[in-house]
Amino acid sequence: MSLIVFAGAAQFAAVGYVASGLPWPGVVLLTALLNARHLLYSAALAPWLREIPFWRRAVEAHLLTDEAFALGISHFRRIGRTDERGYWLGAFVCTFIPWNLASLGGVVIGAQIPDPARFGIDVIFPAAMIGLAVGLITGRRELVAAIVGAGVAVVVALATSPAIGIISGGVVGPIVGLLVPARLAAETAPLGSIESADRFAMPDTHVTAAAEDADLPPVAGGQS
Amino acid sequence: MSVELIPLAVLMFAVTYPSRALGILTPGLERLPKIAFDYLQLVGPAVLAALAATSVMVVVGDDEQPSFHIGIEWVAVLVCLAIVARRRNLFLGLVAAVAIVAIARAAGLAAMPA
Repeated sequence: MSLIVFAGAAQFAAVGYVASGLPWPGVVLLTALLNARHLLYSAALAPWLREIPFWRRAVEAHLLTDEAFALGISHFRRIGRTDERGYWLGAFVCTFIPWNLASLGGVVIGAQIPDPARFGIDVIFPAAMIGLAVGLITGRRELVAAIVGAGVAVVVALATSPAIGIISGGVVGPIVGLLVPARLAAETAPLGSIESADRFAMPDTHVTAAAEDADLPPVAGGQS
Repeated sequence: MSVELIPLAVLMFAVTYPSRALGILTPGLERLPKIAFDYLQLVGPAVLAALAATSVMVVVGDDEQPSFHIGIEWVAVLVCLAIVARRRNLFLGLVAAVAIVAIARAAGLAAMPA
């Protein structure tokens, strides 16, 4: 399932549903609902990946997860251009391989771990998501979108289900974020700019490339 | 290892892949108006924050009813947020978050997840 579906939240949910005796059509329907947020990810990544051949994009689509999206789009935004190898590094090397190895490890030795929850492992997912969100916030528009997205998601999740809440937050948050006037957005490092590269990139790598793209002198050593 | 769930996994793939591929494989998205691109730029922070918030604030019980949750996970996630915002180091934030929850649960100050 980890190889074929490759969607952690849906897999966890499916295991619970199957164990509770929910018929397969119900499991499939809930999976579709839970994973519908990938549509937003896919649309957000589309402009960055449009130059890549179709078949490679088709493969890369299967690797699109919360983590792959966050790592990929934050990387693209920081350097101001597409970096397909960077996407593969985040989506395949850092996510797909470890997820499947860990799934296999869990099958083999998981039963010998008495209670994984006591190690606090369950908090890694939300902590990682908020940490990755912070990496994407470069101004008030992103901040407003994140805060509103979180608030809407919780309210709707309590009224309906977490899956619908997440999608609602992901749709409504950006709309409210767009209501912040551009002059008040207070972008500290506009995307794709020398400031963005200088703030986020590795020294002597993306800074130089971004500077060349912007026809500006590179910042020595990438240090501000 | 059971293979009974492989057909279910294939069905789950069949409903998951289209949502992943639709945007990436649809031609012409680059011709969207600027406002649409601005919107898409904000999707990331909004969805990730929504995922984090629902993960720590909403729990679904055995009766499948979601309910509001207050717990040590809030503190852990906020500490992680603060560390990442200040130090730009996600790994350090994750270590701190896990340590907070593990210590609190070991000390009996926090309940195990449902």
